[in-house]
Amino acid sequence: MSPHAALPLWLQVLVAVLVLLGAGLALLGSLGLLRLRTFFERVHAPSIIATMGCWCIVHATVLYFSFTDGQLALHAILIAVFVAITVPVSTIFLMRAALFRARQTGKRVPRSLSAPPGSRKKSA
Amino acid sequence: MTPVLQWALPVALVMLALAMGCALIRVLIGPSAQDRVLALDCMALNGMLLMLVLGLHYGSKNYFEAALLLALLSFVGTMAMAKFLLRGEVIE
Repeated sequence: MSPHAALPLWLQVLVAVLVLLGAGLALLGSLGLLRLRTFFERVHAPSIIATMGCWCIVHATVLYFSFTDGQLALHAILIAVFVAITVPVSTIFLMRAALFRARQTGKRVPRSLSAPPGSRKKSA
Repeated sequence: MTPVLQWALPVALVMLALAMGCALIRVLIGPSAQDRVLALDCMALNGMLLMLVLGLHYGSKNYFEAALLLALLSFVGTMAMAKFLLRGEVIE
């Protein structure tokens, strides 16, 4: 009836532990996104999904399909590598945008270090 | 044989759906625009993991392409929105 009834028990337990760990970490990161107070605290919460949660579920996928196909199925690693490259880039861009907007509205945030010295002196 | 995966995978699906619900609440109540963009990025990441777990649940490899596409499009969308928040335009 089910596609994974014929798998050995140790593989089922291993895949189940990895998938539940990844899903629990995803829930943890999203809860942190929901209940932390400021944006600069909230921006750290989803990174646990992109690192540990994503790698756990990807390894569960690789294990499962390697055993059902009888050969090494590494295609899911591609997703984890792609996420590991792209998520820091988009997070840094979002943080820079948030800093820029906080400076525009006059919040107390650190000054920009990349501005040329003349403009910094003029603005100070 | 005990059906471990038949119980674990729906539980993981429910947990990922709850995570997507938390991110959706942050999209709706987020006080600033960058909060909403961050929550949308988080929601796309959760949806990608949901696609991978669905592929495990049905024993099908076809969900892998959907997950890869979701990761790619969420990166492009988040970059475009962050660029818009930073500069006021997407392409200079």
